[in-house]
Amino acid sequence: MIQFLQQVINGLSIGSVYALMAVGYSLVYSIMNFSNFAHGSVIMLGAYFGFFALTSLKLPFFLAFILASLGTTAVAILIERVAYKPLRERQAPFLYFIISAMGASIMFENLVIATIGPTFRTYPPVLDRAPFYIGPIAIGRLDFLMFVISAVCLAGLIFFIERTKIGKAVQAASYNLKACALMGINTDVIILVVFGLGGLLAGVAGVFFGMKYTVYPQIGNITTKSFIAAVFGGLGSLPGAVIGSVLLGVIETLVAGYLSSQYRDLIAFVILIGVLIFRPTGIMGKSAVDKA
Amino acid sequence: MGDLLQISNLTKRFGGLAAVNDVSFSVPEHGIVGLIGPNGAGKTTIFNLITGVYAATSGTILFNGQSIVGLEPYRIADKGITRTFQNIRLFKNLSVFDNVLTACHRSAQYNLLESALRLPRYRKEEKNLHAKAEELLSIMGISQWRDLEADNLPYGLQRRLEIVRALALDPKLLLLDEPAAGMNPDETEQLMSLIARLRDEFNLTILVIEHHMDLIMGICEKIVVLNFGVKLAEGTADTVSNNPLVIEAYLGKTEAS
Amino acid sequence: MLAGINLIAVLGLSLLTGFTGLFSFGHAGFMAIGAYVGALMTVSPTTTPSGLGLPFFVGIIAGGAAAGLAGYLIGRITLNLKGDYFCIATLGFGEAIRLILNNVQIFGGSRGWPGIPYKSSLPAILIADVVAVVVLWNIVHSRQGRNMIAVREEELAAQVTGINVFGSKMTALVISAVYAGVAGVFFAHYMTFLQPKMFAMSKSTELTIIVIFGGLGSISGSVLGALLLTALPEVLRAFDIWRLVVYGAAVIIIMISRPKGLMGGVELTPSGIRKVRAERKARQIAKASILATDDASDGVGGEA
Repeated sequence: MIQFLQQVINGLSIGSVYALMAVGYSLVYSIMNFSNFAHGSVIMLGAYFGFFALTSLKLPFFLAFILASLGTTAVAILIERVAYKPLRERQAPFLYFIISAMGASIMFENLVIATIGPTFRTYPPVLDRAPFYIGPIAIGRLDFLMFVISAVCLAGLIFFIERTKIGKAVQAASYNLKACALMGINTDVIILVVFGLGGLLAGVAGVFFGMKYTVYPQIGNITTKSFIAAVFGGLGSLPGAVIGSVLLGVIETLVAGYLSSQYRDLIAFVILIGVLIFRPTGIMGKSAVDKA
Repeated sequence: MGDLLQISNLTKRFGGLAAVNDVSFSVPEHGIVGLIGPNGAGKTTIFNLITGVYAATSGTILFNGQSIVGLEPYRIADKGITRTFQNIRLFKNLSVFDNVLTACHRSAQYNLLESALRLPRYRKEEKNLHAKAEELLSIMGISQWRDLEADNLPYGLQRRLEIVRALALDPKLLLLDEPAAGMNPDETEQLMSLIARLRDEFNLTILVIEHHMDLIMGICEKIVVLNFGVKLAEGTADTVSNNPLVIEAYLGKTEAS
Repeated sequence: MLAGINLIAVLGLSLLTGFTGLFSFGHAGFMAIGAYVGALMTVSPTTTPSGLGLPFFVGIIAGGAAAGLAGYLIGRITLNLKGDYFCIATLGFGEAIRLILNNVQIFGGSRGWPGIPYKSSLPAILIADVVAVVVLWNIVHSRQGRNMIAVREEELAAQVTGINVFGSKMTALVISAVYAGVAGVFFAHYMTFLQPKMFAMSKSTELTIIVIFGGLGSISGSVLGALLLTALPEVLRAFDIWRLVVYGAAVIIIMISRPKGLMGGVELTPSGIRKVRAERKARQIAKASILATDDASDGVGGEA
């Protein structure tokens, strides 16, 4: 029982990182109705920004964190302006967006390999590695911090979307972008905000990922799991992305703990297939079937 | 001559909203029937229901006595119902000829293996397809544009091409969704004689959605009026234009209320 | 020679992405299936216990068929969902195959599987390439191929034009899987050594980049693209690290400026060129006659 709880706690911590990644991705999906496959590279850049802020610039943790997040926000917006906006203006088929996203993703990944080098980097230890204990259950300090900050970010996001004027505009846009434009809402700004938010969350996720594991150019590939988590929870639904991610994290950890760590990554794909066959809309999602 | 199409108690709900509510009407064989109503009345929804693009919430649609509710759109097209779209959906990047040639696919039987290896049946039937496409283009008077990219056709001809494409499947029932949209009176006249010609030369039954009243009054033998998803009236042009409900739907209540 | 092998996979993917409009992130997975199954057929039982030591062409057929079957299964699950789901599913599939292969010990797991007979000589590859191109050309220029193109252009209109959209997509997917599988078999018998990480996501994306670069909807584009983009890096060794950076940027630039890629959807053949000429001529005639009608009528024009 204790081991079970321990695994669940571990799962929650990785789940919260997935959640940050998945929410950013879902946010863009809900508005633009396309999968931003470049999201992964933004997360990767976040990890690197944080790393360099801590090592080269020798900034204190919190500042490094904020700097990294701002950096990724800027990158996300840049990608939007350069790779997506021209396509939007020409009303290109969504296939082109995905291709463009993929191009951006490859470019960034290899840019990092070419300039900084493919070696793995580790974050300098920021927190005391010793876990603290609640009863017999060990909770890593880093994990705890990640969980808390993720929760705060998500709460902030929810607050922003539900309570602020721009947030409501974003909600409206997720239902019908064109109608929003007709209502006089500046859709350009909305899109900027959405991508910016996605980028911000990606930055936080990237830094955390780097801290918990290591920093390497292919981090973007991990986001495959967050895509799966988003689908699991329901593409386009933010609460769904969170639930899907947390569940995925927990299930994954339990499987790795009780079965074998070799199956850890595989279980994500099993879940994906299961979702696609039995409930493509995911736990909370909108309709997934091609409609007229 | 019986009814080719019979719609009974057809309802389509989207969430809580009934876009089409308990609508019943029929289309006699070889007739030209008009479907009119203010914007949002549910006319295109009915087209979508007939062609299987939407699934009906309840009600029946009988084509030639057979129910077609729940069938996939391509099967319904196979059975002999084809349509044009309100906002033209041509294969934009293909040439005029290719648009029609693609649509002729049902007139050949060769399978994938025969295509891959260019076996005799492919060769023979492919020639027939080409000939059929050419013939359709010439009957409808657009042969000279055959190599033009469909997107570059003038608007009126694009609409005509959509009709040609719909004819390529040898349909029995042709659904035209606002074929006269954007046309001036001259072109509308031409379209009217075209539709009459189609009915006669191709042995068709035609159901038209339109806002151009001259076209509707001019060629429709029967008119069905919808508003807010509900059928208001059904009958000849005279009957319908004198129906108070119809007048109210289009012009609003005459007295201040 | 590697270019020739890539070409087969690229051609298959071109059918799916360029002609039918479906975007796959996981075609390396089909290559992997083909490669491993094919190798299983041909490897002599002395080097690997479960090898069957059969002739090369059995390997080709088996590999292609296995990949095709996988394509069919994937298609059943994902093809009636929205485009994004399909992309994610193929992404997942590609990675899943790699992970599974990492754990299957009879194939050597992640350490790799050596000892595969070398069978992919230049003549063999060339023959395969020619067959692949001809068959694909035939398919594209048949009613099945036209239906796939229609699905890409306007799925809804294709449906009401009597085209079984799901069937067309499935056909395209299975054929592209078979092609990838066969390419995988050739790959295995060229490298004589297999390792799951040869079929990582980067391979899938490399294939897709080639298709895009050559131009969606152009067979000659895919051929040229495959040859150029596979052979070029060999020539420019020093360039290597920056190769993918440039490709990534190039993809973006292509998408925003010339999405039709190198060949612009046009075929580099006599009939293809004739077609372009005919289209251009038709456009000129169209412009001229529209102006004429404008003059003739009293200003009430025929089009917007």
